[in-house]
Amino acid sequence: MSINILMPALSPTMEKGNLAKWVKKEGDKVSPGDVIAEIETDKATMEVEAIDEGVLAKILVPEGTADVPVNQLIAVMAEDGEDAKAVAASAGQGGNSAPAAAPAPAASPAPAAPSAPAPTMHTPASPISANTGKIFASPLAKRIAKMNGIDLTNVKGTGPRGRIVERDVRAILSGDAPKAASSAPAAQSAAAPAQQTLATSASSDSVKALYEAGSYEEISLDGMRKTVAKRLVESKQTVPHFYLSIDIELDQLMALRGQVNSSAPKDADGKPAFKLSVNDFVIKALALGLQRVPAANAVWADDRILKFKHSDVGVAVAIEGGLFTPVVRKAETKTLSAISNEMKDMAARARTRKLRPEEYQGGSTAVSNLGMFGIKNFSAVINPPHATILAVGAGEERVVVKNCQPTVVQAMTVTLSCDHRVVDGAVGAELLSAIKGLIENPMTMLA
Amino acid sequence: MSDTYDIIVIGAGPGGYVAAIRAAQLGFKVAVVDRQHLGGICLNWGCIPTKALLRSAEIYNYMHEAKNFGLSVKDANFDIKAIIERSRGVAKRLNGGVELLLRKNKVDVIWGEASIESVGVVKVSPSDRAAPPKGALGVGTYKTKNIIIATGARPRVLPGLEPDKNLIWTYYEAMVPEKLPKSLIVMGSGAIGIEFASFYNTMGTEVTVVEVLPQILPVEDAEIAAFARKAYEKQGLRIMTRAKVVSVQKGADSITATIEEANGTTRQITAEKLISAVGVVPNTENLGLEKLGVTVERGIIKTDGRGATNVPGIYAIGDVAGAPMLAHKAEHEGVICVETIKGMETEPMDRNKIPGCTYSSPQIASVGLTEAKAMEAGYDIRVGRFPFLGNGKAIALGEPEGLVKTIFDRQTGALLGAHMVGAEVTELIQGFIVAMSLEATEEDLMHIIFPHPTLSEMMHESVMDAYGRVIHM
Repeated sequence: MSINILMPALSPTMEKGNLAKWVKKEGDKVSPGDVIAEIETDKATMEVEAIDEGVLAKILVPEGTADVPVNQLIAVMAEDGEDAKAVAASAGQGGNSAPAAAPAPAASPAPAAPSAPAPTMHTPASPISANTGKIFASPLAKRIAKMNGIDLTNVKGTGPRGRIVERDVRAILSGDAPKAASSAPAAQSAAAPAQQTLATSASSDSVKALYEAGSYEEISLDGMRKTVAKRLVESKQTVPHFYLSIDIELDQLMALRGQVNSSAPKDADGKPAFKLSVNDFVIKALALGLQRVPAANAVWADDRILKFKHSDVGVAVAIEGGLFTPVVRKAETKTLSAISNEMKDMAARARTRKLRPEEYQGGSTAVSNLGMFGIKNFSAVINPPHATILAVGAGEERVVVKNCQPTVVQAMTVTLSCDHRVVDGAVGAELLSAIKGLIENPMTMLA
Repeated sequence: MSDTYDIIVIGAGPGGYVAAIRAAQLGFKVAVVDRQHLGGICLNWGCIPTKALLRSAEIYNYMHEAKNFGLSVKDANFDIKAIIERSRGVAKRLNGGVELLLRKNKVDVIWGEASIESVGVVKVSPSDRAAPPKGALGVGTYKTKNIIIATGARPRVLPGLEPDKNLIWTYYEAMVPEKLPKSLIVMGSGAIGIEFASFYNTMGTEVTVVEVLPQILPVEDAEIAAFARKAYEKQGLRIMTRAKVVSVQKGADSITATIEEANGTTRQITAEKLISAVGVVPNTENLGLEKLGVTVERGIIKTDGRGATNVPGIYAIGDVAGAPMLAHKAEHEGVICVETIKGMETEPMDRNKIPGCTYSSPQIASVGLTEAKAMEAGYDIRVGRFPFLGNGKAIALGEPEGLVKTIFDRQTGALLGAHMVGAEVTELIQGFIVAMSLEATEEDLMHIIFPHPTLSEMMHESVMDAYGRVIHM
């Protein structure tokens, strides 16, 4: 029996991914645990490991293929003792041999894949051809879907013989279209608002028309760039932002940080067990602040508000070509050293794009720190569905007036961007002043 | 025939008889009632006989141009009686065709004036307009499960300008003149007005077209209408826009119209005849609709887009269901209506994809949004144009005058509208309608191979022009 390798779902909401690289070649022997391919989703690059032993007989989806639907047959393995050539030959026929009753994906490191959108045969309602896997959609429907990042695989067509036509895609854009019954419950968290587009930006042709040909280099968009663009446009178009700024004195925090860091236990090589950064304190202060102002620990969910018990705080990490926002879970319960070490680990893995989706999804807020670049103050764009984001500027010596005397203090300015649908002005101000209190009296964070 | 019908269609015009045939195909027991002619105005007094007249005019015009083609025609002349005879013959032949089609599909024909007694009951009283075709059922009361009203429309009459069959004509009289008038005023520059103006002008009548609006062919794209106007004027047609016939004075064998122009000045024009072509009004009177409570607004029966009125069991299609009052729209509505009654899944008609054709010389054909309408709707558009001058077939035909214009949504590449003026464009437009209906984008249209040498290549070029890729210009 040959073993079908299907496009794995790397997260419950994943609908498609890019086949970034085949690590194994046709004819290679594969053992369980071997990495056979790398899949790129909107943000992460994941390795696909084999769980069976055999020979990679036939690669059906070449590397570099974008937007491969989950559960599409991507390769076929010959089992031990089986003739790989015969398997390859039979796999070459019939294009899509993915059986209707999709078996468990042969290689899937992710938790249970969503129920397979089994190609429904002979039902006119299904726009997917059983023979070719081709989606029956009008050219215009395809164009609009592509412009808005809509995967047509599970869209129900209402045109003749179930063809997907413009109005089906428009209905999804306007948010009032059911997807096909067979589709996984994909409308989680960000997915639903992500499909609302108020306006689209100028086409590449019209932008290019403004510049002399040859005066620029064209850079195609990778999954991350597309996601960043899509989500931030969505944020600015759909989230009513307002901004609150406050100055926070850092003298006590700097002193405490020095003490704690110098007393960190050292290992055999003399390497300290932790080294707290100012940002670690800010993460903790934000987490505790949310516990003190629980109204701000919430997100907007279309027809309701989700209010959280724990403080899951995202931290923006800049990487080559984009950024990630890994989430420190239950940050209010973690010690500063635990937060610090967790962030170091996640930041390092973010830079190699090896974060798992569950590590950067969720949370109700995030911290974005540009202090290391000397930025004094800025306003960050909320990362949906978060309700807030705290923009942290550089710590610096400032002259302030205290008791009618000019005094030099260490201080920084932070700005909280708030989603007004969830966090009203007073609530945001309360959260910000709680954060200020915590940072200016940092001993309270050690409790 | 005491049994109950499934469907009785009132009116055997293009909407009615097509609906009846479709109903018969679906296994319904169906009858169609008419008082005057199978095939309606379209076939008997509209679309078809005018095309026959215009064909004569076209050939007559070719005769004048014969030497351009290396031919010689001596004493090119015409016999108006024979031209009309041919036109009537064409109508008669097709009228007989409809009779055959109805019989073949076992559709009963009931002859007379119909009114709806109550839901499910149609009363037919004698018609004094025409004798019944062979085998038609007569007056009486007929029972039916469903009634489709397809009674069409008639010429709109302006007060003071009532047609008198002598000096003031409607399309009826204009179609069968006893002799060619030396001069003619055509009031209204829609398709009907322009077609008659074009016919008479070609045959040698001195024609003045008077239009209230700033543009002739008011529903067409402004650029196309302006192009057509130039061509008509070059042929000697006199056109007045923003001008209104305020009164007429009838003489013994002439009529003098007082025309008020935009600047307030008035002028008088005298002609042998005046054609009133200021639109049509739906025939929704005397059907018993008020009594039944069917919603009628400004003479138009309100429907749900699939023919259903507010009263269950009563449907309306074609001109009575609203603009555009065109045969192909009526036919399509008839089919949708019958299929809906059958319980089939149907699509309401997309009014934006109803083409319009005017068979003057040059012809006009269009579908979708005009440039102005597209901008009004908020689209960011790309417009493509290609002139007949750049097309090999057009030059070979000796038809170098014309323009193909396409309008795209810049964002999505959707074809929003196509507008053409020139030879044979009425036969070309369907290509763009198919493209729009299948939701083709500019990319698809550019990838299509158009045969060479044809006029259709201009459609391709116009699309490419919209994207800066035109070849032959």
